[in-house]
Amino acid sequence: MERTAIQVRRDLLRMIHAVQSGHPGGSLGCADFFTALYFEVLIHNPKRFTMNGEGQDVFFLSNGHLSAAWYSVLARSGYFDVSELATFRKLNTRLQGHPTTAEGLPGIRIASGSLGQGLSVGIGAALTKKMNNDSHTVFTLHGDGELQEGQIWEAAIYAAANKVDNIIATIDYNGQQIDGPVNDVCSLGDLKAKWNAFGWKVLEANGNKMQDIIDTLLLAKSHTGKQKPIVILMKTEMGCGVNFMMGTHKWHGSAPNDDQLAIALQQLPLTLGDY
Amino acid sequence: MNIFEYTEMKDTRSGFGAGLVEAAQRNNNIVALCADLTGSLKMDEFASLFPERFFQTGIAEANMIGLAAGMTIGGKIPFTGTFANFATGRVYDQIRQSVAYSNKNVKICASHAGITLGEDGATHQIMEDIGLMKMLPNMVVINTCDFNQTKAATIAVSKYVGPVYLRFGRPKVPNFTPADQDFIIGKAVLLNPGTDVSIFATGHLVWKAIEACRMLEEKGISAEIINIHTIKPLDVEAVKLSVSKTKCVVTAEEHMMNGGLGDSIAQYLSCNMPTPLEMVAVNDKFGESGTPEQLLEKYGLEAHHIVDAALKAISRKK
Repeated sequence: MERTAIQVRRDLLRMIHAVQSGHPGGSLGCADFFTALYFEVLIHNPKRFTMNGEGQDVFFLSNGHLSAAWYSVLARSGYFDVSELATFRKLNTRLQGHPTTAEGLPGIRIASGSLGQGLSVGIGAALTKKMNNDSHTVFTLHGDGELQEGQIWEAAIYAAANKVDNIIATIDYNGQQIDGPVNDVCSLGDLKAKWNAFGWKVLEANGNKMQDIIDTLLLAKSHTGKQKPIVILMKTEMGCGVNFMMGTHKWHGSAPNDDQLAIALQQLPLTLGDY
Repeated sequence: MNIFEYTEMKDTRSGFGAGLVEAAQRNNNIVALCADLTGSLKMDEFASLFPERFFQTGIAEANMIGLAAGMTIGGKIPFTGTFANFATGRVYDQIRQSVAYSNKNVKICASHAGITLGEDGATHQIMEDIGLMKMLPNMVVINTCDFNQTKAATIAVSKYVGPVYLRFGRPKVPNFTPADQDFIIGKAVLLNPGTDVSIFATGHLVWKAIEACRMLEEKGISAEIINIHTIKPLDVEAVKLSVSKTKCVVTAEEHMMNGGLGDSIAQYLSCNMPTPLEMVAVNDKFGESGTPEQLLEKYGLEAHHIVDAALKAISRKK
């Protein structure tokens, strides 16, 4: 699993470098989460993707700017050929800058990028699963800065009030956003207390320790069906895996140049093979 | 001219409520969401008949749109209900990304559209909503004229796969279209054939156009009246056919000139067959409190305004 996560980090850095655009910081921070989710936790069928996702777990990426990491994991888990990663953000690609259903890329069920919308979508899909007597789970991922969007809290109120207990939302709790540390831009205060007060079951994880994130996702799954929605506050390090990209918000939306890519790839030795 | 009679005044929103129940009886996948306006939207019968398919979201329209988009994943057909202002302007980005761009089978149903909402005033009287919705790729935009047509449209959109904006209103208006009408999305309805001027009307102003037609007839003018219930996709063939005969046009709607039906028809005509055109619509102004009748008069949306516009359009013919 760690080897897969390293390859995902290589993929996303090479994808972003190739077009000199994209969001490496958060993508590197969540590479372990995506890998754990898609290779250990999700019940899914990559070779037979359906929009309705019946009889499967489904995942929605609410902070769509982490697209490079998601695309890499989708390809590596079999939704489409890894060679297509080379088209990321290029004209006529299915791998748009932010995820979309418009290009028919397997694995994507909603467009995202404009923040704050994915929790509502996930809850809606969870409600449909209940109506369809489909016992599978809905997963979502959100940035911590994204929680500044009001719609998140509308959705949080709704899910608790209506006991939507088949959704697991994960927050990428890296403390960084575009303009700087979240605490400086607009602090979220006591996030754990907030989610508790909103009526959610709160779990915490280290999102850059593979076993911890796998264990926490599985623990979260064991808490489904208990009348409460579930949220995982997942501590990550933005830029994790590349020393000069860690500890700063500066790599939120900046691409590495040739030299920086070379240094980064030295820190992430080839595992599964580049696309 | 053709004779249009009605035996009752009914609100278009009640047509929505009735259509929703009928559609839901035929299709178990239809679900409804409402943001604390169940009575105003006439969704109470649906809620009581299908409690397991009704979702009260509270005063949280953004979440309602997102929930609806998500519910389509797994095959549900969600109808969202709130006032037109909160159904569109308040949640434009949610509709844009999660519904239109994602091409989800959500029906955004909006009551209290336009100035005839009345006394609540400009905060609630949206007259930009058609423009907002028609600019979105994938979005169908429908504005119905009476109870029967709204009911028929609600049933029709439940069978159409894709995002729809269905606009209707608050006041009681003449219910004159047939109860058994076949509502075809994107197909204009010729109400009265005429030769001197084409009047394209939508929503509550369709009846005003019929009244204007009578007044014009007294002046010896033959007006063709066409009900454009679907603003997008626009029935350009109906526009072309009528305008090639009459050579001048009036559009009538309870909406801003910018972005409305008149704007759509003007765009088509100026690109394809330049024709004198007059718009009966609100010109870049917010509304205010008043009765629907007072407001229609003050904002230039009465039958006699349509008559004046027709005379002007005719005078501009070469």
